[in-house]
Amino acid sequence: PPAHSRNDWIGPPDKHSNLRPVIFYVPPKESPLERRLREARQEAQACDQRFWARHNRAFCQEKEEFIYSRLKAKGLEMRDETGQKATLNAEEMADFYKDFLSKNFRKHMQYNRDWYKRNFTITFLMGQVALARALRWLRWKKKNVGN
Amino acid sequence: GLFVWHLKNTGIRQIPCQFVHLCRVANDRLITFQYFNFLKRMYVTQYNKDLSQRAKPKSDSVASPFRELQQFDREKKVVHKIRPISPVHQPLSEMPSRNALRQMKSAAKTEDSVTPVRAESKDHRQWKEMKLRLDDMPGILARLSKIKLTALVVSTASAGFAMAPVPFDLTCFLLASLGTGLASCAANSINQFFEVPFDSNMNRTKNRPLVRGQISPLLAVCFAASCGVPGIALLTLGVNPLTGALGAFNIFLYTCCYTPMKRMSIANTWVGAVVGAIPPVMGWTAATGSLDAGALLLGGILYSWQFPHFNALSWGLREDYSRGGYCMMSVTHPGLCRRVALRHCLALIGLSVVAPVLDITTWTFPVISLPINLYISYLGFRFYRDADRSSSRKLFFCSLWHLPMLLLVMFTCKKSFLEKEDKGDLLGGNHGRAMEIRLP
Repeated sequence: PPAHSRNDWIGPPDKHSNLRPVIFYVPPKESPLERRLREARQEAQACDQRFWARHNRAFCQEKEEFIYSRLKAKGLEMRDETGQKATLNAEEMADFYKDFLSKNFRKHMQYNRDWYKRNFTITFLMGQVALARALRWLRWKKKNVGN
Repeated sequence: GLFVWHLKNTGIRQIPCQFVHLCRVANDRLITFQYFNFLKRMYVTQYNKDLSQRAKPKSDSVASPFRELQQFDREKKVVHKIRPISPVHQPLSEMPSRNALRQMKSAAKTEDSVTPVRAESKDHRQWKEMKLRLDDMPGILARLSKIKLTALVVSTASAGFAMAPVPFDLTCFLLASLGTGLASCAANSINQFFEVPFDSNMNRTKNRPLVRGQISPLLAVCFAASCGVPGIALLTLGVNPLTGALGAFNIFLYTCCYTPMKRMSIANTWVGAVVGAIPPVMGWTAATGSLDAGALLLGGILYSWQFPHFNALSWGLREDYSRGGYCMMSVTHPGLCRRVALRHCLALIGLSVVAPVLDITTWTFPVISLPINLYISYLGFRFYRDADRSSSRKLFFCSLWHLPMLLLVMFTCKKSFLEKEDKGDLLGGNHGRAMEIRLP
């Protein structure tokens, strides 16, 4: 993002986690409340990135392994005559999807709890920051009007 | 009069969506046409779905195999072109591939589903400043509140209102529709607020405003509150408390029960079906002020409809659901998924027969609706037996036109309450005359 910008910038989705990274703008006179908000958002971003990158990688890897083992069981190779990657049809993949979902159920439960907590905290902090800024602006206006 | 709003998304060239708001009930024929047009465009453009939503989008995962097929056609044609030409014309080989791309693009443009994706995918690869843009706001808020789905929810509520056996009250109708629409916007916004990282990881939902950072979570919550509070207040004070209570309950059910349950248990589908069934009940209670059997019947029809609709849709999304951690029947209990869809297709037939028994419609309703109900049941049976992508898609697309058609037929077969009054008068009159004769 350009140096003169006074806003956060959001980027394209990450290759592994599919989440969009945010670069946070640090204002010169950042209040403690604003700093808490920024740090909470940075931490949340890092947590989410870690979780989804790892999770998606595991999914792709396990999917490859599943396809490989199934193809081997059928006596086929990974690539057929035309050089195209052999795939299994949706019905065969369904077993894998079911398995993967149940294996990761506990992980998802834990993540859900954390995500809801973080989401509420961050949104609440945003509310507080917005309120503080509004009050500051009102005070500044009153001062100017007085002058 | 008929209101037609064109919602255009600024910036990206998208198909303008029109949703028709019914004012005069006599214009229902026009509504059907507009409805179909609207639905067709909705399915052809990008769109989002959840269980409570009527219409499901033609998801990207559905669009892409189609795109690949087209590509294959083009590629094959190109290959044939190259062969007869001697190797000296090597540079031509680069051209055909570009041609193929261009042809694909032009083919894609007619297949509207791909164009918005292409236009937006370029946007996606850039870094964007997270600044509040007021001129984009209408479009952003429309997507946040899932405006197309809201429109369908409002139309099912209107159907409930129209089917109620009371004289038509225009103000009440408008207030009820507005209140329901606002409540639906609020619920949808909160749903998106809760699901940001999951939406990012699913193809169907990765272009939502919160995912793309076009709006902050705080603003999304404020928007939801500013829709929900006036919406429910409007329903409670402007219509009646029962409708308001149902609206508030439905928001709660959708945001606090269905949304978290999606990741915990397959029972979410049943909860979501109830969420979808409540709007017509709200329409009915808005008109009559009480929860009669008729309201429950309409709710029952919408409830049953949700299953073939959603189960067929979710069949094609199993990979995304599995990776995203969503507990859906199509992933964990595929057999149950198909059984339930078929069961509820058949239930629709049964419910259509109950309608005249409850004096809501005449007996022509089950007769006229039998063909469409049988057809959807047939597709449900095919889905149950074949369990493949094509049968699931057929069932899903059928459900899209089946519901509006069923509601339309129901309305045209509505038992006029004037008829009932006349009958009552006649009996009263007869009694009077009989009494007179007896007295000497």
